[in-house]
Parts: sequence; structure tokens; C-alpha cells
Amino acid sequence: MGIDADPSDLLPSAEPVRLLDETGTLREVDGFPLDLKEDDHRALYRWMVLSRRVDRQAINLQRQGQLGVYASLLGQEAAQVGSAYVLAEQDWAFPSYREMGVALVRGVDPASTLHLFRGTWFADYDPHRHNFGLPSIPIGTQALHAAGYAMAAKLDGRDLVTVAYFGDGATSEGDPHEAMNFAAVYDAACVFFVQNNQYAISVPLSKQTKAPTIAHKAIGYGMPGYRVDGNDVLATCAVMRKAVDRARNGGGPSLVEAVTYRMESHTTADDAARYRTDEELAQWRRRDPIARFEAFLNAEGLLDDRLREEIDAEAERLATRMREAVYDAPHGDPMELFDHVYVDPPARFAEQRDLLRRELGEGGAPATPAGGEREAS
Amino acid sequence: MAITLAQALNTALHDAMADDDRVVVFGEDVGTLGGVFRITDKLQQRFGEGRCFDTPLAESGIVGTAIGMALYGYKPVVEMQFDGFTYPAYEQIVSHLAKMRNRSRGTVQLPVVVRIPFGGGIGAVEHHSESPENYFAHTAGLKVVAPGTPADAYSLLRESIASPDPVIFFEPKRRYWLKEEADLPVRTEPIGRAVVRRQGTTATLYAYGPMVRTCLEAAQAAEAEGWDLEVVDLRSLNPLDTDTIVASAQKTGHALVVHEAQVFAGFGAEVAATVTERAFYSLEAPVLRVGGFDIPYPPAKLEEFFLPDVDRILDAVERSLAFS
Ligand SMILES: Cc1ncc(C[n+]2csc(CCOP(=O)(O)OP(=O)(O)O)c2C)c(N)n1
Repeated sequence: MGIDADPSDLLPSAEPVRLLDETGTLREVDGFPLDLKEDDHRALYRWMVLSRRVDRQAINLQRQGQLGVYASLLGQEAAQVGSAYVLAEQDWAFPSYREMGVALVRGVDPASTLHLFRGTWFADYDPHRHNFGLPSIPIGTQALHAAGYAMAAKLDGRDLVTVAYFGDGATSEGDPHEAMNFAAVYDAACVFFVQNNQYAISVPLSKQTKAPTIAHKAIGYGMPGYRVDGNDVLATCAVMRKAVDRARNGGGPSLVEAVTYRMESHTTADDAARYRTDEELAQWRRRDPIARFEAFLNAEGLLDDRLREEIDAEAERLATRMREAVYDAPHGDPMELFDHVYVDPPARFAEQRDLLRRELGEGGAPATPAGGEREAS
Repeated sequence: MAITLAQALNTALHDAMADDDRVVVFGEDVGTLGGVFRITDKLQQRFGEGRCFDTPLAESGIVGTAIGMALYGYKPVVEMQFDGFTYPAYEQIVSHLAKMRNRSRGTVQLPVVVRIPFGGGIGAVEHHSESPENYFAHTAGLKVVAPGTPADAYSLLRESIASPDPVIFFEPKRRYWLKEEADLPVRTEPIGRAVVRRQGTTATLYAYGPMVRTCLEAAQAAEAEGWDLEVVDLRSLNPLDTDTIVASAQKTGHALVVHEAQVFAGFGAEVAATVTERAFYSLEAPVLRVGGFDIPYPPAKLEEFFLPDVDRILDAVERSLAFS
């Protein structure tokens, strides 16, 4: 941008954009039009209910010793579903490890994302089929992949937007900043979507940054920063719609900060009671994203008991399917460990394969299911 | 008193901070939470937020600012939350921490300790079980230390903090709960000295960190075969105690080096070369390396097939003995 453009245009609004208040009453906000039909409303509700249900199931599976560890999205359903919902089929999402809700909306079978946490494999889905990247545990690193993908699509003149998902803690790592800079320099169609769930494990946002908000950081890269109530699915849709449309129309990247809260511990291995208070939790419980949206739908007459029951039943089925797919799921043949490392494996792999085969004994891979016998980390 | 390796580390940090107010501890979640493994438990409570503090989530930032603080005169002890998250700091460690002393003709000292929980065997999700020690052992200017017992954990950490040279301190995370008798404060052999943990005559197992324990178990199991294995705990990869390594190989004539890391270009190659160069005429078999396969660390349910265990070690011992 030149010196004559007004840089304050890049700053976020003083308050997070919010369309639904805590009672679920809709108030439209200038500049963030809602272009949702009734079916969209129902779909958003359905995705949020499904997300919460599979999340709950995953937590239960971990408690039953079926998963080594699990990172819950509870409380972040609106942020995840709303942001993913506005994407077109050809668009790409690059997740961290907490994006089960985004995975669902992208059509990824939730069970396949759990192999990472069960420890039976890393990622058991084809990222190219769902345009949903591999989970990225090294914090913030995937932001660069999102920027690079968008740069490539631009070279090819393709209509395609990428979204980098990362957390408030990740904004302290170098990679997301390099990603934002690259995306801005190349006018790449990349949206940086930060779920500010207030904590990075035990570290609160106040120890992560002195910036007025995360969205303010955008101005440093010459891109707009938007701040949205991440527990308001309609606001998240509206703000993301704006950011995604802007990128799609050649306007370049932007940064969206969704203000939300991680209702569970960081992972099942963490104990949040060591660093945050019940009062804080109770305060956020009142802002529950699904309850708020449900109140809106009820008031608008968009949700009746039959639909609610239908969705609940679907959620049950999905959770049951997920449980069946994961429960006691065996690990594959250990010999597979050598199969995907290279297209052209080095010669020494033959010797190492022989050693492992001998260790496994005559019968080849042990058929023992791997369920629940190992301590979680 | 019986203490765990984790308690020994916690006490070492505590005692070092009590003895020297220039010792500061920082990293991700080390303050309020006391670290994800509680190695820094209660340090913030005891010494205040100035001396034990949570940093923003940035490993390069943590090591880079530790360098700045050390230049000023502090003795930072920083934590990398897990082995696999050390890599963002690699630049600061390799290009600056390791080199500043040499670049300044010795005028600059960087008494920084980088603590890294390393290795697998705890069923963790990916990036939490790696053994990156050789990246650092290969880097001139760093000391690389890896205790395998609670007493060594205490003593080596105290010595590392006192060291005027930077130390990469690898903590065997699957042995955090390993309990042994140790009266703290304890002083064991210094950095750079290997220790024979078990005397034997049939063959020598060299190990460090988590594999020391596994090798001792293998030696015990080997008794049933009539083998009397010697176990050498290297304790420090750089400097490396060539004398102890060579003396043991000369004694047994069969040398095997064991680590979790992939064998290809792993630390075992250094030990093998050392033994071959200096004990060649004593050897009755080539030095064998026992380690992980040359693949990325596997998912948790498959790690047992990757990690060296008693069987893999004894199988290698058998191959070594078959040469003579
Ligand atoms: C490079 C790196 N350093 C440290 C960690 C350990 N770790 C895992 S999650 C986490 C906190 C992440 O916080 P945030 O980015 O806010 O995302 P959230 O987990 O809250 O969704 C940390 C420090 C890691 N995974 N990667």
C-alpha cells in the first residue's frame, strides 16, 4: 500500500463484530452483510451439534483408554463451523490439531482424524480429496503452507482461497508472521483465521502479546484485521465471508481473530484447574455458541422439535460410527512403517525390514489389537 | 532417599537458583503450570516471576533471548517443551549459541542451558518422542549431556548450569518417573566422563539417557544365556569419554552402541568409529549399532516396533559373538 492510503482502514473494529447478542437476538452490523438462507441456518446448527457430539465422543474414547490424548474444540464450534462454512469446495483449510469441526464441514470422516490421537497412524485421510491439510502439531507452521498454496493457485490463475487455522499462542511463533508477510507481498488469496481461545496451554493471551488485539497485528503486514465474536456463528460467517470474498476477488490476504474460549483443558493430558478459575469458566459458559444460536433459531421459528430430534439422532449415529471405527482399532502391520517414507527407499531399508520381520516372528505382524494398553502422555 | 529423575531435576533447578541469583528459568508453561512434566514445579512460587517465567510461545525467541540475557551476565536455563519443538530454535542454537565464544576469540561466554525432554516410549502423539541429540552433538561449541539416572540428572544439571559453555541437556522423558536412591545434593562424575554401570566381560553395551536402563535390563536377561555384559553409560556425548569407551572395548572385544535415534548417521556411528580407531586390535567383531529404524518416529501404537528393546539388543549381542 502506498503512503496515501489510510492505514487505519486496516484496523479492526473497536469491539468484535457480533450479530447475535447473548440472548440470540440478531442485530445486523454495517459492512458485514449476512447472505444466509434458512437452509444455511439449519446447516450451521447441524454442523455445530455434530461437532460437539463427536468431540464429546472423542473425549470419552480417551477416558476409556482408546485414545492416547485428545485436544477438544468444546466452545469453539461456532468459530470452526462458521469459518469453514463459507468456503467453496475448491478452497483449502490448513488446520492445527484442534479442528475437528472444520474437518467435519470439509467432509472428512471424523474417525479418520482420530488415528492421530489413537496413535494408529498420523492422518488417515487424503488431504487432496477434502482440501483439508494434514493436522499440524508444531505450532503455527501450517500458516506458511496455506500462504504457499494460495501463491501457487494465483500463479495458475485459479479461483481458490486458503485458510490458515491457528491459535492465539501461535501468533508468537515466527512462521505465522512470515506467512502473513508472504501472503501480503504476493497478494495471495489466503485468510489467516486465529481462534483466540484465550490460552496456549496454561499461558493466557496477556502473556502472549502486548498488541491491543491479535487482529491489530494485520496492519503490520498491510492487510486488514477483523475481530469477530467467535461464539457467534452468524458473525463468524459474515466476517469470514468478507475476508474470503476479498481474497477471492484479488484483494489479498486478511487476518481474522475469532474471540472464543477453550472450555476443556488444553488436551485430556492437561488440568486447566491449575491455571484458570471457575468464575472465568462460568462466564464463558453463558456465552455458549450453540445455545445462543439455538435461541435465535427458536425465535425465528427455524428449528422445531422434529428437526432437533433428527439432528440429535444423526449426531448419535455419527458418534456411534466413530466409536466403532476407533474402538480397539488395531494398528496396521508394523512393516508398513517402511512403506511411505520415500518413493525410492534407500537400499538399507531391506536390511532393516528383515530385522523387523525377524523380530515380529514367523507369523508376521502380531494381530493383537492395540486398544487401551498404553498410558497416555 | 528414593527419588525420581524428575524430582532430581526439579531439585537441581531449585538449588541452582538458591545458590546463584543469576540463574533464571524460562520457557513455555514453566511458571504457573510448573512445566508440562512439572520439572519446574514451584520454582516461580519460590523465586518469583522475575526468575522463573512463562514466555510467549516461541522457541527461537526463548533461546535467542537467553543468549541476550547471558551476554548481560545471567545464567538462563531454558526449556524446550518437547524434543520435536526444538527445531524453531535450531538457528539460534547452531548459528549463535554454539559459535559466539569462538567468533569473539573467547571474550564472550554464553552460560546457557537448553533443557530438552527427549525420546519415546510414553505413547505420545507425533513430534513428542524424537531423539534429535545428534544434530547438536554434531555442532561444535555445544556440550551435549544426557543423564540416565536420578543422581546424574541432579549432578549433571547442576554442573551444566555452572558451565561457562552452553549445554544442550537431554532429559530421558520416559525415565522421569524412574526412582533410585540418591541423597541430594549429590555430586557424581563430571561432564565428559562415562561410567561403567555394570562390569562384564562378554561384550560392551554403550548407551546414554533412556537406553541405559534398557541396557541394564538386557544385561540382566543375558545372564540366562551365560553372557556377562558390560554397560557403559556415556552421560555426555560431547565431550566424549574416549578413554572409558576404549578401555571397555579392549576388555570385552565386542562393542555395541544402543540409542533410540535412527542408526543412520546417528551418534552410534561416532562411538563405533572411536572404538574402531582406537581399539581395533582388541576387537573380535565389528562394532554394531542398535537403534531405531531409519524412518520418522512412528505413531504411538507402533513405537514398540521401532524402539530398541532387550530382544533387539540381545539379538545384536548374539550376532557380535558369532564373529569370534
Ligand atoms: C513449536 C511448538 N512448540 C510447542 C508446542 C507445544 N504446544 C502444543 S499446543 C501449545 C499451545 C498452543 O496454543 P494456541 O496456539 O493458542 O492453540 P490452542 O492449543 O489453544 O488451540 C503448545 C505450547 C508445539 N506443539 N509446537
